[in-house]
Amino acid sequence: MRSLFERFVDRRNLLTGSAALAGGTTLGWFGLAGGSRAGEAAVGDSAGPRHNQGNMVTVGDVDGSINDFDASKLLTDWETGETRKGPDGQVTRTFEVEALDREIEIAPGVTFPAWTYNGRVPGPTLRATEGERLRIVFRNLGSHHHSMHFHGIHAAGMDGLGNSGLIAPGEEFVYAFDAAPFGCHLYHCHAFPLRRHMHKGMYGAFIIDPDPARHGEHLDIAKSRLLGTRENTEWQEFVMVMNGFDTNFDGENEFYAVNTIAHHYMKHPIRIARARPVRVYLVNVTEFDPINSFHLHANFFDYFDHGTTLTPTLRTVDTIMQCQAQRGILEFSFKEHQTGRYMFHAHQSEFAELGWMALFDVVDAAA
Amino acid sequence: MNRLEHSETVPGGRGAARRSTWSVIVLISLPLFLLGLAGAWLIKADPLRVFSTGAPPVEKLTIERVILDDDGIHLKVRAGGSEPMVIAQVQVDDAYWRFTQSPGGPLARLTTAWLDVPYPWITGESHVVTLVTNTGATFAHTIEVAVASPSRAVGGLRNGALLGFFVGILPVAIGMMFFPLLRGLRSGGMRFVLALTCGLLVFLLGDMLADAFELAGKAAPAFQGPVMVVLVAGLSMLLLVGLGRRRGAAPRGLALATFIALGIGLHNFGEGLAIGAALAAGAASLGGFLVLGFTVHNLTEGIGIAAPLVRVRPSPVMFAALALLAGAPAILGIWLGSVALEPQWAALALAIGAGAIMQVVIEVGALALSRGGSSQSGRFAVDGYFLGGFLFGVLFMYVTALAIKI
Repeated sequence: MRSLFERFVDRRNLLTGSAALAGGTTLGWFGLAGGSRAGEAAVGDSAGPRHNQGNMVTVGDVDGSINDFDASKLLTDWETGETRKGPDGQVTRTFEVEALDREIEIAPGVTFPAWTYNGRVPGPTLRATEGERLRIVFRNLGSHHHSMHFHGIHAAGMDGLGNSGLIAPGEEFVYAFDAAPFGCHLYHCHAFPLRRHMHKGMYGAFIIDPDPARHGEHLDIAKSRLLGTRENTEWQEFVMVMNGFDTNFDGENEFYAVNTIAHHYMKHPIRIARARPVRVYLVNVTEFDPINSFHLHANFFDYFDHGTTLTPTLRTVDTIMQCQAQRGILEFSFKEHQTGRYMFHAHQSEFAELGWMALFDVVDAAA
Repeated sequence: MNRLEHSETVPGGRGAARRSTWSVIVLISLPLFLLGLAGAWLIKADPLRVFSTGAPPVEKLTIERVILDDDGIHLKVRAGGSEPMVIAQVQVDDAYWRFTQSPGGPLARLTTAWLDVPYPWITGESHVVTLVTNTGATFAHTIEVAVASPSRAVGGLRNGALLGFFVGILPVAIGMMFFPLLRGLRSGGMRFVLALTCGLLVFLLGDMLADAFELAGKAAPAFQGPVMVVLVAGLSMLLLVGLGRRRGAAPRGLALATFIALGIGLHNFGEGLAIGAALAAGAASLGGFLVLGFTVHNLTEGIGIAAPLVRVRPSPVMFAALALLAGAPAILGIWLGSVALEPQWAALALAIGAGAIMQVVIEVGALALSRGGSSQSGRFAVDGYFLGGFLFGVLFMYVTALAIKI
């Protein structure tokens, strides 16, 4: 009898060959650009379509039909506001930010009812220079109370809490403080419930470049960090905000990404000129999960935790982790590497496979 | 016609009885016209707009079938949303995978589509498939134990038939071999055997209804599975009672045996479905011992079918036909169950079976209670023979089921 039932259930016809799992082809498959919506046929290979490594990705692409922002352009979109030099010589830099309710597309075909700063998630990357006087004019055009709580040094009345700039719909508030300390920071809404306001999309990067005049001992380094200097233009700088979206509101993220769109930089790799160094301003605002991480393939980087130092806080690492609201600067170079596609992703495999997975496309400096 | 003639003879009813064709048409069409008018106004003027809160539409996806093969995972999904639904992404074990949908596009209420996911599933392990709609709602389905779905190849059919023979036909046939023994029974013994039949049928009824409700719970909510089970079981019972008593008297002898065989056959169909589904789902450590358990469990079914035949002299061919009627549906059940019959159809089949069992419970019960008792005091007597037989039937089924329930 036993043999009968073994025969009955044991016709598994499993493929024993798994040639497609062999390494080397992996990156190539992930390079599949664009792609149409559901209905696109997967490219098969010798071991059957289910072993095709290019299959583990969201289907389709996020175009501009719903979103006002493009994740590829967010990388280098520095919001520098308007500057005016006062009689005392101090520069006053003014930013304008509006809270807006927006439906955004966070993965191909999946929309999310977000609360945004200036209609985008993450909000604008505010970039200033150490020592400037900052004025952030904040208007709440959303449906709930909101604020801007800056991670920086400021007075109690500028903190973005109940009596310090947390405003009702239709109201306006001006946050004013000096830009300090230099580094890679963030801002976010501090209305309660905090978790919901964070995960609905109210956050953004806030970068304060060092003032070279104050850092004689590391003058060249400080100059390279200051946006617009000759030393700085040599660098390829990107801002990456690690975030997630809980689309069914069950307290767990269905999608993870850097800069909101799941798998966007898999389908649109970030182009890098091989000869020039790379600097990444990395911020973690992921809700629900206590930490997020960044892992770079085939290379190592120096890490400046919070970006508040001009010498690395960690040298020669290929993986760092950040708790919620932690951030830092990564510096690395592909100068000695072959051109090609180099992956980077959260090294929590789950986050990677749910969208936080991306590629650098290292090319010769032609572009 | 009868009613009409009768009403004419009722005094005072004369005026109401003779309606012109026109008045009938008006009386039917007026309410329908008003319904249409109300509907048109509801849609056109939208007076209930105030209740529309801007909340997203209700979404519901039911996964009816799952097939695993060399190409990956294939899912048959049925939409049950208030508006057409769009499946935007598919996760397998917390990772997004490419998929194709056929037919593509939004899924209107109650329509189905196949999703093909080229996922390298792992034999013997568990996988969770999560469908993400365009609003971000998720619908998860757990594949408890991944094994390749049985193909519809000849080998599969033959093995399924062999299995069905062991759990369906063989025990019924063996049970029938007690027939000569039954013929020698006196009135009390016969009451015992009929009550035993009754007990086993009551067990089968409970078993079937439980399975039917469980399956109904897995079907798309729009099918209203539990209500469907109750209605279909009730209707099929009424239909069969009516059929059995179409000549006025309760079915006896061969007719009753045939009805019992039919009910048991439908039960065995359901049992086959469960076995087939278990095989397909990989819960298939279905060793020889377990099959032997099924054989013993179903043994009394043969006795039950043979019991009403003691007064007639059925031919061997008749016995064979009854055994096939009661046992062969197990084979069909295993075939359909192993290719994953959609839950609403399986629930429907089981509900029909439950109705058929109810009918024979009524008929056999009446027979068992009246036999022997009628000649003396009351028409129905619940005596020791009856109670003992009934209890033995129920307990025998329950205890043997302990070994085989999957």
